[in-house]
Amino acid sequence: MAFTATLESSGDAAKIKLTGELDASSAQIFKDEIEKAAVNKPKHLVLLLQELEYMASAGLRVLIFAKQKMGVDVDIYVVGAQEMILDTLEKTGFIQGVIAVDDYDSLELQSA
Amino acid sequence: MERIDIHPTHKHGDFKLRVGRPMPFGASLIPGGVNFSVFSSYATSCTLVLFKRHAKEPIAEIPFPDEFRIGNVFTMTVFDIDYENIEYGYRMDGPFNPQAGHYFDKTKILLDPYAKIIGGRDIWGVTPDWNDIYQHRSRISFDDFDWENDRPLEIAPEDQVIYEMHVRSFTRHPSSGVKHPGTFAAIREKISYFKELGVNAIELMPIYEFDEFEHSRPSPITGELLVKYWGYSTVGFFAPKAGYAATGKLGMQVDEVKALVKELHKNGLEVILDVVFNHTAEGDQRGPTISFRGLDNKTYYMLTPEGYYFNFSGCGNTLNCNNPIVRNIVLDCLRYWASEYHIDGFRFDLAAILGRDAWGYPLSNPPLLETLAFDPILAKCKLIAEAWDAGGLYQVGSFPAYGRWAEWNGKYRDSIRKFLKGDGTVGDAAQCLQGSPNLYESQGRGPATSINFITAHDGFTLADMVSYNDKHNEANGENNNDGCNDNDSWNCGAEGWTDDSGINALRSRQMRNAIAMLMVSQGVPMLLMGDELGRGQNGNNNTYCHDNELNWLDWDLLKTNANLFRFVKNSIAFRNAHPVLRNKYHFQNRDYVGSGYADITWHGTQAWNADWSPSCRTIAFLLCGKHAKAGTVEDNYIYVAINMHWEANWFEIPGLPEQLRWHISVNTGCTSPDDIWEPGTEPKLENQHGILLGDRSIVILVGK
Repeated sequence: MAFTATLESSGDAAKIKLTGELDASSAQIFKDEIEKAAVNKPKHLVLLLQELEYMASAGLRVLIFAKQKMGVDVDIYVVGAQEMILDTLEKTGFIQGVIAVDDYDSLELQSA
Repeated sequence: MERIDIHPTHKHGDFKLRVGRPMPFGASLIPGGVNFSVFSSYATSCTLVLFKRHAKEPIAEIPFPDEFRIGNVFTMTVFDIDYENIEYGYRMDGPFNPQAGHYFDKTKILLDPYAKIIGGRDIWGVTPDWNDIYQHRSRISFDDFDWENDRPLEIAPEDQVIYEMHVRSFTRHPSSGVKHPGTFAAIREKISYFKELGVNAIELMPIYEFDEFEHSRPSPITGELLVKYWGYSTVGFFAPKAGYAATGKLGMQVDEVKALVKELHKNGLEVILDVVFNHTAEGDQRGPTISFRGLDNKTYYMLTPEGYYFNFSGCGNTLNCNNPIVRNIVLDCLRYWASEYHIDGFRFDLAAILGRDAWGYPLSNPPLLETLAFDPILAKCKLIAEAWDAGGLYQVGSFPAYGRWAEWNGKYRDSIRKFLKGDGTVGDAAQCLQGSPNLYESQGRGPATSINFITAHDGFTLADMVSYNDKHNEANGENNNDGCNDNDSWNCGAEGWTDDSGINALRSRQMRNAIAMLMVSQGVPMLLMGDELGRGQNGNNNTYCHDNELNWLDWDLLKTNANLFRFVKNSIAFRNAHPVLRNKYHFQNRDYVGSGYADITWHGTQAWNADWSPSCRTIAFLLCGKHAKAGTVEDNYIYVAINMHWEANWFEIPGLPEQLRWHISVNTGCTSPDDIWEPGTEPKLENQHGILLGDRSIVILVGK
C-alpha cells in the first residue's frame, strides 16, 4: 500500500496521519510533513499510526529527526501503533523518547 | 546552487559516480549518495559489488576507474543509491602467492573491514546458506541516534565494581522472564538487577560481529551443535553482533546497542567491551577468506618468512597490530565505539600480542599501546589489558602501561585461590589485598591498575572452583584436552555434586570467603556473571562452544541460592560504603594524617604481630578510616581477619581510638543471615578485644 502522510494542526497539537508502508523511499515525505509541522511550534506532535502497516529503519530515523527538530519541550505521541511497529520501537529503545497511547483525543479530553 | 563536489562525473549502467574521498575509510553517507573507501597495498584493481539486501546475486559490480585510486586507497562516490536496502562488498584483484603473503582472489567478495553493520548472521543460530557467495555482508549504518545528554560516566577506576557477562547467556535461559531472551534489549529489562547487586560497570564479552557457526560441529556426546559461543573471533570490528539483537533481522542492532548503553548510563552503569584485536575469524591458510586476507593479507597478518601465519593467539592467525595500517584500524575502531556508542572502556583480549612486532618479538615501546594510551578521544576510556597471550608472553605487572593501562591481574587470581584452599603464603595474599603494590607501585601505577578477579569466563566459575579439583571438559568434544590445567581449585572433599552437608557447608563458606577477600581488596573487583548465584558448569572450565544451560544463567538460582546472593550484594554494598577500601594510591604504611594509626597495619592471631612465615594460614589487617582516599575523606576503621587454617583460631583485635567500638559486618563462619549485615546495621561486638574465627572463615569488623 502506498505511503501517505497527512498533516493537520489543531490547537497546540500537530497531527500527522501515516498510512501504508514507511521505508527509505517514502521517508522523505514523512520528513517534509515534520518540517511543516515544526513551523507552527506545536506543544505536541501527534503521530497517528493506526493505518501504518510497516516501518523500516528509515522511518525510525525520521522519528529521531522529529524529536530533535521539535526540541525537548515538545511531547511526541505515537497513537495506535500496530504490534509490529510498537515492538520495534520497544526493542530499539525509541519508545522511551515518545509517548505511546491508544487514543490521543480521549487523553486530550481528560486533561481539558 | 548545486555543489560541484556532489556532481557525478562518471556513469556505470544506471549508477552515477564520482571520485570519492579517501577518508574516512568505509562507507559514509554524504549528500546524495554514499562514499566508499577501501585500502589495499598490493591489489591491482578493485570492484565495488552491490546487492539488494539478502539477494543471492549482485545488482551491480562497479570497477573503480584508475583515476579513483589515490595512493593505495580505492575511493568512489555512488549517487542515488538505496542505502537502506543495499549490501556491499569488494572484489580485489592482485597476486595469489601465499609464500609471498598474497591471497588475492577476485572470485571472492570481501567484507569491508570498516562495515558498521554486518548482515548474513542476522538471527542467532539460523543455519546459513553455505552456498551464498557472500556470507558476511557490509551494510550502511546511520549515526543519528538520539543520545539526549548522555555521555560516558567517567567513574573513577578505583570506585568501579565490574560484572563480566555474556550477552546471550545473561537472559537466554527460560527462567529470565524477559521478552526477547538473549539480546541487548533483554539486558535493558534486567538493569534493576545490576542495581540491586551494586555493580557499576558491566563488561560484555565480545559483541563485535562474529560467526557462531565458525568451526561448528556436533557434540560427540549429545549430538547437539557446538558453536563459537563466546565470540572471541572477530568478523568485523565496527559492527555489533546482529544475532545478539532482537532487531538483528531488521538491521537495527546499532540502535538497540545504543539504547542499551544510554539506559545503563542513566542508571549509573558503565559499559566496558571485551575487544579481540589479536586475531580474526579467518584463521590460518585453511580458514575462510572473509575480509582482511583477501584485501591485504600481508599487511594485516603476522607472517613467517615462508608466508605461514604466526599463531600467537592460539586461533590460527595473529593480527599485525603494530603495522601502521593495522594500528590505524584499531584506533579508528576504538574511537568509533567510544564516540558513536559512548562506550566507557575496553578490555583487550590477549593484549600482550598488541605489543609484538611483525615477527612476533615483544617491543619495548609498542606504538599501538602508546597510541591508545595517549589518544585524545579515548582519553577517559578505561583501557584494560589481558596481559598475556597464547605464545607465552606473560606481562602481568610489566605490561607497557604509559600511565593508562590497567591489567587483569592473573597473579591476584592465582594467589588468592591458593590462599583460599590453604596453600600459598600470607605474604602473597597480603600483596593482593593491598592492590598488588609489589607489581605496580615501583612503576608509579596505582591500585586500580589491578583488576582483581578470582574467576572469569576462562576457567571455573566460583561454584565449580570449590566443587572440582580437576576440569571436566568432555562435553567440548576435545577429549578433555582443552582448557586450563592449573586451576588452583579444591573440591572440599568430593568431586562435583554431593549431598554431604558438611562439604556443601564448606563450599558455601569458601565461596563467601572468596567474595569477601575480593571486596576488601584495593584495586578494581571483577565479578563473573552468575557467581553471585552460585552458577556452576559441571566442572567445565572452558565452555566456549555451548549454547545451552552450561552457559545460560538460571535465574531460579536467585531463589535457591538467595543466601549467597544476599552475601554478595551486601559485600558489594560494604565496599561501596567504605572509601577506605577504594584508594587511588597505594598504602604508605605510616600515619600521615595524625590519627595515631598507620593507613594500614598488619596483625595475626595476636594484634600488631602478623606471622609472615610460609606455613602460616592466618592474617589480619586494620585500615585507618582517617586515611581514606589519601586522607581526603573520612571513613570508619575496618579490621579484616582471615583464617584459612582448617581449625578455628582466636584473633586478638587491635584497639580503637576512644569512643569508637567494633561492630561486626561479616562472619563467614556463620550461616545466613548472621554471615553479613547491611552497611549501617552492624551490631556491636560483645567482646571488643578478641573474636573466635571458625575454620576457613573471615571476619570483617567496622570501628565506628
